[in-house]
Amino acid sequence: MSSFLPPSERVWWNTPIGKQEIVWIGVALVWCLIMFLMMPYWHIYGKQNLSNEAYQTTPARFQAKVDEMVTQHKVGDISGIPVVKPPAGSDVYMLGRLWQWYPIIELEKGQSYRLHLSSMDWNHGFSLQPVNINLQIVPGYEMVLTVTPDQAGEFTVVCNEFCGIGHHLMLGKIFVKEN
Amino acid sequence: MAQFRVCPDSGFYFDKSAESLMKANAVAGAVSLLIAGILGLGVILTRWQGVHLLPADTFYQVLTGHGINALIFWIIFFEMAILYFASSTLLRTRIAAPRWAWAGFALMIIGMVMNNIAVLQGNSSVMMTSYAPMQAAPHFYLGLILFAVGALIGCFVFLGTLVIARDDRTYEGSIPLVTFGALTACIIAIFTIACGAIILVPTFLWSIGYIGHIDAAMYRVIWWGLGHSSQQINVAAHVSVWYLIIGVLFNARPMSEKVSRSAFLLYILFLQLASAHHILVDPGISSEWKVFNTSYAMYLAVLASMIHGLTIPGSMEVAQRAKGYTKGMFEWLRKAPWDNPVFSGFFFALIIFGFIGGITGVVMGTEQINIIIHNTIYVPAHFHATVAVGTTLTFMALTYLLIPVLFRRALFLPWMAKWQPYVFSAGMTLMILFQLGAGTLGVSRRHWDMDFTGAMLSFEYPGTAYTLMAVAGVGGVLGVLGGAMYLIVTVGSLLFGKKLDESAGLFQGFGVPLAPSSYNVSQPERLPMAPKLAVEEHGSGGFEAPGTFALAMALLVCFVVYYFINWDYLASVWPLS
Repeated sequence: MSSFLPPSERVWWNTPIGKQEIVWIGVALVWCLIMFLMMPYWHIYGKQNLSNEAYQTTPARFQAKVDEMVTQHKVGDISGIPVVKPPAGSDVYMLGRLWQWYPIIELEKGQSYRLHLSSMDWNHGFSLQPVNINLQIVPGYEMVLTVTPDQAGEFTVVCNEFCGIGHHLMLGKIFVKEN
Repeated sequence: MAQFRVCPDSGFYFDKSAESLMKANAVAGAVSLLIAGILGLGVILTRWQGVHLLPADTFYQVLTGHGINALIFWIIFFEMAILYFASSTLLRTRIAAPRWAWAGFALMIIGMVMNNIAVLQGNSSVMMTSYAPMQAAPHFYLGLILFAVGALIGCFVFLGTLVIARDDRTYEGSIPLVTFGALTACIIAIFTIACGAIILVPTFLWSIGYIGHIDAAMYRVIWWGLGHSSQQINVAAHVSVWYLIIGVLFNARPMSEKVSRSAFLLYILFLQLASAHHILVDPGISSEWKVFNTSYAMYLAVLASMIHGLTIPGSMEVAQRAKGYTKGMFEWLRKAPWDNPVFSGFFFALIIFGFIGGITGVVMGTEQINIIIHNTIYVPAHFHATVAVGTTLTFMALTYLLIPVLFRRALFLPWMAKWQPYVFSAGMTLMILFQLGAGTLGVSRRHWDMDFTGAMLSFEYPGTAYTLMAVAGVGGVLGVLGGAMYLIVTVGSLLFGKKLDESAGLFQGFGVPLAPSSYNVSQPERLPMAPKLAVEEHGSGGFEAPGTFALAMALLVCFVVYYFINWDYLASVWPLS
């Protein structure tokens, strides 16, 4: 019952600690430090890190960049949505809006692209399936990251941040072609 | 003049005003849990694609209500009861400013009703997180603000009660460990409510047109200072309750007061950084900030939980061994009162919180691993292990303790109470494990339709994902059944349970004191310090609780293996930089 009685020592911070607790605290602390160091380690040696590159933007400004890319590199369309094939290594823009990812992108396997993402209205979630890369897309902010698709095929962008009644209809596509 | 009664079964003293406040808050919590549970059933039966119960708009509405009632109203009402218990009852003192405490309670009730009405009206289906610039009705935010102000008043009443106890010298030495833990919860709560005010007040003003713009990224950073930290109040509160339960059931004393209290201090110092867990894949926040904050500054708060994970069962083991259950590693555990829902509820909560909730939380809170987990159904699976089992089941176990002690009623349908923690834990664990699996396959949280019927483009999740979500659905239904059993026992006990003392009438269970003759103590005896142990076992050669140490090492092994499995999985996705 002494867990709810005052401690038997008035100066409780001066009582000795049992060996078992000391060993466990030591082991747990070492594990905590390993987990902490794994994150900087992965920044140096790992291949999956988000960049720190982001800009404040406005929907109109971002839309203009997307439109420019679509005009320059459009190669077709699917269900009325333009399919864009930007050159390898270039800047690729994709926007999320109620309830669509726009436009459809075609990439080459093994090439790197600077992918710019932003939202026109509310928060959206960029969830690339079945690769399972998930990013938060926040209105007013342009996120930039370098992606290097290492698989060919058809990939879908699911919206995984709740964005209103059409949320579950919000899909986008990224095609990766062998070169 | 304060009037106390002493509970003849437990020896706890109850101040008349504090007792009524505890009852009222606990009952309000149970009502919120009832709402949350019914809505939760709607959610799980819709996510189970084969059943797909609710239409889309109702689903999002129900999910919003489920989140707020379960994560905010149920838990904070119950925590108010715990704060009053840990101060007034444990320290044997009158409660500070009971009228203020009632005013706070009234504000919380008004806030809760107002928020629920806003959600019910249908134009506030914005989820618990209500990320701006998605906008809810003004009274959605106002309800939350009033609720938070009420809770803040409760926190100050708790602090005032500690001051009164100190001034009146109602106890010897330092405050007991359980009260210390409750104080930790209170301090974190004040920080949390401050974050809530900083973000929700401007958002409310924005919703009625006084402010033109709320920055979406800023909203997320500060809102999560409320959203995640409020879950840390729960951790501090339920860990305190665990110490209380092992004290009541086993006469256990902490293995070391210093270690357990220092671990609570680590919570105060580091838990608040957890806002970062939710913005690891957000734009505009630097990696350095993410790494430092998501790790609670080098995982020192995780360390605190790992310490409690050892000391709580360890203290129980020491107490059991002292009673003679010394055979092998685990006789102390086998001979525990598994029929008593206070024990089984506590122990399942501890195990599921640690092994599932704790490990998944650290894994998904790792900066880079979050890329493969953010906003998948893995996330709700994690917090159902921590909050819906860890905290909620602990509070359920505490309720079984309080029904005779606080409400002075015998348990109604004791066989149902006995099985309740088993049914609830089994159902929730099934749901959690299978949702973790589905999340790993990329299934989204807060999503009405895995089939994307009617979308311009099409997509199919792998067939396994459907199976996992169906099994999770079965688990969820079983969990709701376990929740219903809890409410049947609780409400049944208050209405029909055998009266243990002379009653003051029909509403005695809901906040009205017992018959006046029960309150026959004007000044309780001063709370003595715990007796010194005849043999000081600390610092001696051997391990005092070898069984617990083995369990702790098992936890560590699971932790390490699962952690690196996830790094391996991350290494298989497209390179990003």
